[in-house]
Amino acid sequence: MRRRTALGYGATALGAMGLTLFVGWWRVDGPGAPEAVASLPLPLTEMDFRLTDHEGQPVGPETLVGRPTMVFFGFTFCPDVCPTTLSDISGWLDALGEDAGQMNVVFITVDPDRDTVEAMAEYVGYFHPAIRGWTGAQDQIARAAEGFRASYERVPTDGGDYTMNHTASVFLFDAAGGFVSMIDYHEPREFAVPKIRRALEEETEGAT
Amino acid sequence: MTKLTTPMLATLTTLALTSGVALAGSEDVVVDDAWARASIGVNRPGAAYMTIRNNGDEAVTLTGISTPLAMMPEIHESKTNAEGVSSMAPAGEITIAPGEAAELAPGGLHAMLMQLQQPMTEGDSFPLTLSFSDGGDVTVDVPILGIAARGPEG
Repeated sequence: MRRRTALGYGATALGAMGLTLFVGWWRVDGPGAPEAVASLPLPLTEMDFRLTDHEGQPVGPETLVGRPTMVFFGFTFCPDVCPTTLSDISGWLDALGEDAGQMNVVFITVDPDRDTVEAMAEYVGYFHPAIRGWTGAQDQIARAAEGFRASYERVPTDGGDYTMNHTASVFLFDAAGGFVSMIDYHEPREFAVPKIRRALEEETEGAT
Repeated sequence: MTKLTTPMLATLTTLALTSGVALAGSEDVVVDDAWARASIGVNRPGAAYMTIRNNGDEAVTLTGISTPLAMMPEIHESKTNAEGVSSMAPAGEITIAPGEAAELAPGGLHAMLMQLQQPMTEGDSFPLTLSFSDGGDVTVDVPILGIAARGPEG
């Protein structure tokens, strides 16, 4: 009797383990896995949004077509990830030397309530001079994020304040506005710089 | 306002010494490579980084941080998920095993300095006190580097 109970427990435990494994498989690799949605950014030529750069000039996706482009999302009240991305990018641009001058480099805020044109101007001034800061109305920021397939979300914090979760990848486009590749957050320079060079070279190919 | 008399001071010193003896763990904590980024004014939160090493034989648990520079300093952790989305949340208590170190570095754990009392100016430094579960404190002087700094070397 005792032995049977023990066996019963064993079988139940095994069954539970099997079920857990099955559920795990179902959700990660099986039919229940989230679909690999079309998560690649649209070509810049198919995007549509109106924003303002940190010098007060009206800008949109068409502003970027004609030169290779690097775009990323963030917010200036971000103490860790955003300054790190901005200094990473500044470092990549330094490594590119003169070629950096041929690129558009744009930081789009996901927190336009706090990141006014003035706030953006003050902030980008501390990083590489090629970096432009774009802000604008909430609905236009939302349209921009949609075009880049970027996401963001406002999250309240303890002190009655809020922080923003946001896509931290850097998007690369060729001069024609086609998406080339993405640089993940904090990707080492030896991987990031060749990716940028590729976006720069596609411009040359396109021109011939 | 009461003045501290010599006997009181003596008592306080004795207390400090006694509690120092009672500590288990935090006296073996060594903090290296502390640095912070300069801030723009006081509206935005600041961040500080460092390596907290436990050179002792027992695990130590970091329970909180304090500094005269900020009203609400807290250890936070940034994470980036598989979709490339970054988020940040309080890290809670951090236990460091004997011989191990907790790395506070960009993109991961950091001392988030909320409600700055004054701007963080490049070239200045500020004291940051780490409190441990054994009642011990470790205070480090954190040098403030430029806004675009990437590590303790600038």
